[in-house]
Amino acid sequence: MIKIWSMKKNEDAATKKRPKTSAAQIRVQKDLTELDLPPTMKTNFPDPTDLLNFTLTITPDEGMYNGGAFTFSFTINTNYPHEPPKVKCMQTIYHPNVDLEGNVCLNILREDWKPVLNLNSVMVGLQYLFLEPNADDPLNKEAAEELRKNREQFLYNVKTSMRGGNIKGVTYHKVLV
Amino acid sequence: MATEINVNGAATSSDWQDRYYHVDQILDRPGPRTDPSFLAGDEVKDFLRNKCKILVIGAGGLGCEILANLALTGFKDIHLIDMDTIDISNLNRQFLFRPADVGRPKAIVAAEYVMKRVPGVQVTPYYGKIQDKGDDYYLQFNLVICGLDSVEARRWINATLVNLVDPENPESLKPLIDGGTEGFKGQARVILPTVSSCYECSLDMLNKPTTFPICTIANTPRLPEHCIEWASVLEWPRARGDEKLDTDDPEHIGWLYSIAVARAKEFKIEGVTWSLTQGVVKNVIPAIASTNAIIAASCCNEAFKIATSSAAYLNNYFMLIGTEGVYSYTFEHEKRDHCPVCGGEALEMPISRDWTVEQLIELLTEKQNIQIKKPSLATPGKPIYFQQPPQLEEATRPNLEKKVLELVPDGGEVVVTASTLPFSLSLIITYI
Ligand SMILES: [Zn+2]
Repeated sequence: MIKIWSMKKNEDAATKKRPKTSAAQIRVQKDLTELDLPPTMKTNFPDPTDLLNFTLTITPDEGMYNGGAFTFSFTINTNYPHEPPKVKCMQTIYHPNVDLEGNVCLNILREDWKPVLNLNSVMVGLQYLFLEPNADDPLNKEAAEELRKNREQFLYNVKTSMRGGNIKGVTYHKVLV
Repeated sequence: MATEINVNGAATSSDWQDRYYHVDQILDRPGPRTDPSFLAGDEVKDFLRNKCKILVIGAGGLGCEILANLALTGFKDIHLIDMDTIDISNLNRQFLFRPADVGRPKAIVAAEYVMKRVPGVQVTPYYGKIQDKGDDYYLQFNLVICGLDSVEARRWINATLVNLVDPENPESLKPLIDGGTEGFKGQARVILPTVSSCYECSLDMLNKPTTFPICTIANTPRLPEHCIEWASVLEWPRARGDEKLDTDDPEHIGWLYSIAVARAKEFKIEGVTWSLTQGVVKNVIPAIASTNAIIAASCCNEAFKIATSSAAYLNNYFMLIGTEGVYSYTFEHEKRDHCPVCGGEALEMPISRDWTVEQLIELLTEKQNIQIKKPSLATPGKPIYFQQPPQLEEATRPNLEKKVLELVPDGGEVVVTASTLPFSLSLIITYI
């Protein structure tokens, strides 16, 4: 066998035993403890020792969704950050980029995810969806159509849905705070 | 009768004359490029054929090739791990398996086949996950070769081998040779844990699995893949609720397939098949037998050179790109200083038995050579003190007054993160 150990001796004393914490776990710790969230976003950990499952509540203070509280579940797997976190909206909401099952159309959650992105980028991206709903990437096609054609009616629908109202046969969750 | 072949007999009785004639040309005398520690002749041959224990991870496309190459170059004590059973779709390239083997564990069938074909070779199979095995298991090998298609499994074995390195024990450093292919592309690399760049160091270089924008899947499907993702990403949770999608369950794949076919019909898209469905949901990368052969051969040559010191080994990354003509190059991938697996170093931190967490944090912020602003601390299992987010800060605040000894055992690890640290710092806490 080649003598690797002698090569190692030449390196300055980088020979300490490394810890057992997984790379994913360290990365999640780093992401969470360096979160820099505005007062409009709040995380909640049902089990504070489980860093891989938590929720984020966004309470926009401007824009069409002002006055609502929107909660997303975050599930992080052991292949993070090679894979993005799984994020779902936990309420039925009226939004062009969120479908009735809570799937979210946000590019960095799927096709544009990169390991250099972090949980903060995802959370900021989610908040942006409430400030600037985007009719070009629709998941709720009717909502997107309404936003494009008739902004006044869309705004009215948003307000109705946030009160827990019914739009075209769908009853939305009351999200007003 | 010098040519008597004793199938599966002891190594000595099965070695017929000139069995290793060609390989011995390399092992019997030193050359201009051989390592100074190379001991030409019987000693190196004895090590390769009687002492060297090598672990092969994966018995798929690459694994079959690796196993055959190792056995034919003279490795005699080979261990093999694989968690899969043989599927009919494997038979086009995984040449150690035949139709009668479908459904049987790959590791066991591959071991049987190679032992039958190459006299004197002992292949010890393990049908299960690499994660089932602990440090003691991995410590018994001289070398590890991986032919895997999973990033997650590679990250695991890489971290395990890096963690295995014990400064008191030279034998604990196990060279890892990693091969991977994707269509006409492939790479082979040599990782000397803690010495050279590790798998995690190069994680950012990886191609990530192809994914499609969710709104395309939902609204404007154009490709058969879009229909399959519609079935797996959107329809599965809608129809099956919390039931976990098991990509190895034929009923689950069948369900997705039928949904995807209906979707494709609606949008007049052609090309949804059972195997494409399985391929998309399992993220199967197209495998070409000949690319596997090139990469497996490179890996095995490196294993041979490392085990025998008979020639300079790969330093450290070989890349093959066969998509536009043939292009290959070899370069030294640099170790990342702040690699979460091999980067930096663990800092030994001897502290008094009655120190509180708060005192430890103060030390970290004040100590000249560390000076970390607002550190957050955790053991491998759970948070000790987190600066953010507010709920976790509040939940861990009571720990500030606790003694470190109550939370961390002697010799235990604490992972420290802070925005002023590029990645993280590990402390090994000892009590004085
Ligand atoms: Zn590394």
